[in-house]
Amino acid sequence: MAAGEVLLGAVEQIPTGEGRTFRVGELEIAVFHTAEEQVYATQALCPHRQGPLADGLLGGTTLMCPLHDRTFDLKSGCGTSHEHLGLVTYPAWVVDGQIWVRPEPVQAEAAE
Amino acid sequence: MSKQRLVVVGNGMAGARAVEEVLARGGAEMFDIVMFGDEPYGNYNRILLSEILNGTQDTDGITMNPLSWYAENGITLHAGHRVEKIDRAAKVVIANTGVRERYDKLMIATGSRAFIPPMQGVRMEDGSLMPGVFGYRTVADCQQIVDYARSSKVAVTIGGGLLGLEAARSMTVLGCKSHVVHLAGHLMEMQLDVAAGGLLKKTIEGMNIQVHTAKQTTEVMGTNKVEGLRFKDGTELPCDLVIVAAGIRPNSEIGQFSGLTVERAIVVNDHMQSVDDRDIYVVGECAQHRGRLYGLVAPLYEQAKVFAEHVTRTNVNAAYHGSKLATKLKVMGVELASMGITDPTDDNDEVVQFTEPKRGTYKKLIVRDGRLVGGILMGDISKAPFLMQAFAQNAPLPDERLSLMFDLGTPSAKVTYDEMPAETQVCNCNGVTKAGIAACVIAGANSSKAVMTQTRAGMGCGACKGEVTELVSWLLGGEVEEDPSVHYYVPTIPLRKPELMREVVARDLKSVSSVFRELGNGEVDAGAKPALASLLITVWKGEYDDERDARFINDRVHANIQKDGTFSVIPEMPGGVCTPDELVRIGQVAQKYNVPLVKLTGGQRVDLVGLKKDDLPKIWSDLGFKAGYAWGKSYRTCKSCIGTDFCRFGLGDSMGFAQRIERRYRGIDSPAKLKLATAGCPRNCSEAYVKDVGFVAIGDGKWEIYVGGAAGAHIRKGDLLTTAKDETEAMLIGSRFMQFYRENAKWKERTYTFMERVGLERVRAVVVEDSEGICADLDAAMEASIAACVDPWLEAVAPKTANQFTSVIPAKEEA
Ligand code: SRM
Ligand SMILES: Cc1cc2nc3c(=O)[nH]c(=O)nc-3n(C[C@H](O)[C@H](O)[C@H](O)COP(=O)(O)OP(=O)(O)OC[C@H]3O[C@@H](n4cnc5c(N)ncnc54)[C@H](O)[C@@H]3O)c2cc1C
Ligand code: SF4
Ligand code: FES
Repeated sequence: MAAGEVLLGAVEQIPTGEGRTFRVGELEIAVFHTAEEQVYATQALCPHRQGPLADGLLGGTTLMCPLHDRTFDLKSGCGTSHEHLGLVTYPAWVVDGQIWVRPEPVQAEAAE
Repeated sequence: MSKQRLVVVGNGMAGARAVEEVLARGGAEMFDIVMFGDEPYGNYNRILLSEILNGTQDTDGITMNPLSWYAENGITLHAGHRVEKIDRAAKVVIANTGVRERYDKLMIATGSRAFIPPMQGVRMEDGSLMPGVFGYRTVADCQQIVDYARSSKVAVTIGGGLLGLEAARSMTVLGCKSHVVHLAGHLMEMQLDVAAGGLLKKTIEGMNIQVHTAKQTTEVMGTNKVEGLRFKDGTELPCDLVIVAAGIRPNSEIGQFSGLTVERAIVVNDHMQSVDDRDIYVVGECAQHRGRLYGLVAPLYEQAKVFAEHVTRTNVNAAYHGSKLATKLKVMGVELASMGITDPTDDNDEVVQFTEPKRGTYKKLIVRDGRLVGGILMGDISKAPFLMQAFAQNAPLPDERLSLMFDLGTPSAKVTYDEMPAETQVCNCNGVTKAGIAACVIAGANSSKAVMTQTRAGMGCGACKGEVTELVSWLLGGEVEEDPSVHYYVPTIPLRKPELMREVVARDLKSVSSVFRELGNGEVDAGAKPALASLLITVWKGEYDDERDARFINDRVHANIQKDGTFSVIPEMPGGVCTPDELVRIGQVAQKYNVPLVKLTGGQRVDLVGLKKDDLPKIWSDLGFKAGYAWGKSYRTCKSCIGTDFCRFGLGDSMGFAQRIERRYRGIDSPAKLKLATAGCPRNCSEAYVKDVGFVAIGDGKWEIYVGGAAGAHIRKGDLLTTAKDETEAMLIGSRFMQFYRENAKWKERTYTFMERVGLERVRAVVVEDSEGICADLDAAMEASIAACVDPWLEAVAPKTANQFTSVIPAKEEA
């Protein structure tokens, strides 16, 4: 897996309020572009039953999986409906309208 | 002083509960807690296993203590480690994995396993069960049964007790022909007498489960896998799956190996300590107390509490005195309460009995010296709370015996709840006591719904819901507040649908984000976005500001998402009719794109299943059909029968009418699915009586209009709204009904609940008699909605958002 920082491309590739899946080497990552113009990156598939998270619904930084409505906080990766399900997140940021990601997983901490 | 080490062997319902009780008494300051569990997860609710077996829950859904709970409470959990030895001299336990833990205090809660009675052939040479034969005790058992059932046709459950009956019921859900074989003369002989057992048998046979009582299984037939059962009376029953639910055996070997006294289970004193070793406690199904073993959670929870009080020294006199068994159960939907003995054992015992076989109601009480010593309630258990309490407390009964069974002049619920001891367990599944519910109410919960979500009372098998509601209402002095948010259109905006629609118009809010901004609490609720989008489309039609992120994925890509993230495509096929050319085209497209599955749907059209998001636009273009809207909360289909065109009984042009309906309403958004049908005569071949709107031809050009029918998760015959004199009038009134429903139904409220809520009389008054003078508005609104509809599959050539149909985007470059 690629280490270091990876350029995903222009932020316009993801409509605001939605997510898209990106491929970085072997790895697939879901990247979200929130209504507040922030970007967040998480594992691509839901830990519940592998639902495609990028197809989920966003409300602020809450993500709802399209298959069975489990919710997660994009900032921490923590599950907010079923606490013991958490997401791996990846640091992601925007510079000059371009999205960058560091494909090093940050494990979700146990929810409070 | 450094902390002591408390080691717990067994991470099941008793073990985990005991640790919770220890923590509740400040145990975290006293002990470093270490737990061993043979099963590879946190503690789950074994009572709810049938829900895993019948697919209504997954493991998450029945988990009580997720792994994070152990971490948060500083508990070291060795999940998947089986303790094999206790070295009492060194005070160390040793697991099969080699993990060793030193203890100051040890607690054994290893529970039981399924008992497999001796039957020829049941085990293979290596001692394992013959393939196809399963116990019913763990999540793993259930998962294996579900897998095996996929290729099985006939399933037999050995054992007609609570577990066996539940298992047999699940097997029908899994699509097997299901049998129950029971040794005793009647079902559930521990809880029921002959009469009640017989009544239950009838009810169960009505569910398509064959019951064989007084039958002893002697042999499991088959060589490499089960092929049938043979019985003592010489008869045989061919089958390919067997569940053994013939009782349990305590896991007490660990006591034997460690030199503790074991009779039927590990023997304990009143403090739940082993009689041989004061540093070892035993709780749960593996404990034998005063000669008795318990196999239900309520007594185990009492034991857990005694243990906790004793080990933490919060009450050095804490003692368990045994439990009087009174249980409330739900067996296959039949409510049942049972306590004490099932038949009189003393000449002076008084029996009070009532039977109403037609309704499956049976009540029997056994009274000795004016006190209750036994009881069975089946079908109607409304008196159970009072009776169970009288039984548990050995309280004198009112002289008027009739009042024990029926609500005449009985002690009111208030007296009952007043007397109910605080520690009485109200919800057995989740172990919630009267005190727990009271605490929740004192902390501010003012509705039974709030109490249920906060304490989880009533969220298990559901048998105690009524009692929780009553108790909450009693605690609140009758001032239960209905949780107002149940009436809101979406939870975070405190407005009902008509009020919300008025606000939206008054403030000119045309996008979902603006509604949240102006009417919400500043928070965007992901789950509520599609609900608001639907409402705004109904209000604003073509002027709606369509923010795509507010739509559920199905409505963003105009296809239905499936379990593996692929999509299905169902082209429109009005009334189930198409031309030969169209049919060929569908076939060609299916071939060209290697469609994994082509299926005729229950909606009279063709489904192309298992498609990649990336292929959707190409497939739509090649098909050249309009979208069938099979994914949306919208008008779906209008099924039809062959009607006057070809049918010898046809009274109306059902096929033509269905096509005209579909071409008119295609794409109309709605609070929930709208499925229609037209039938050419009352033989109803297209199932029009059970659709959201159904039209049935009765001759002379007339059409009956049925609304609020259902034959999905609920079955309901539609209400006859009116009879229209011709197709034009039928279309008009049907249209008005749909618009009235669109404007007034809650999000995801199908017409079958809408009709029950609003009432046929009111609906008929509004849409047929124009009692509110709004018919012209309804008609105009529907026309405008129809005019604003655009076929979404046109986005094949003009996508609306970036990468709308791209499943994976490659990174631009890697640094
Ligand atoms: C494809 C189809 C089954 C089939 O192969 O025949 C189907 C498939 C689904 N149905 Fe259905 N229903 C299909 C006809 C029906 C019918 C029969 C009918 O339409 O005449 C019913 C009973 C009538 C009714 O709607 O009540 C039906 C009652 C349901 C229900 C229960 C709704 C209810 O409130 O009672 C659901 C669940 C829901 O809506 O919440 C559901 C949900 C679903 C979903 C959409 C589940 C989901 O949310 O993903 C299924 C999508 C499967 C997939 O992977 O694509 N489906 N479903 C049928 C498509 C019909 C069509 O051509 O549009
Ligand atoms: C399908 C089903 C339905 C039921 N329905 C009801 C009901 O409606 N009402 C009711 O009151 N009761 C019901 N029961 C009974 C109830 O579930 C049990 O009484 C209760 O689970 C017993 O708790 P326990 O902790 O003693 O045993 P368990 O819950 O079985 O826990 C024991 C745990 O210890 C583990 N273990 C065993 N040996 C070792 C070892 N050597 N090392 C480490 N770990 C070990 C086991 O793997 C298990 O996880 C039902 C049971 C089943 C199976
Ligand atoms: S297609 Fe319908 S009935 Fe079949 S599994 Fe899916 S939702 Fe259930
Ligand atoms: S797959 Fe995500 S919630 Fe089920």
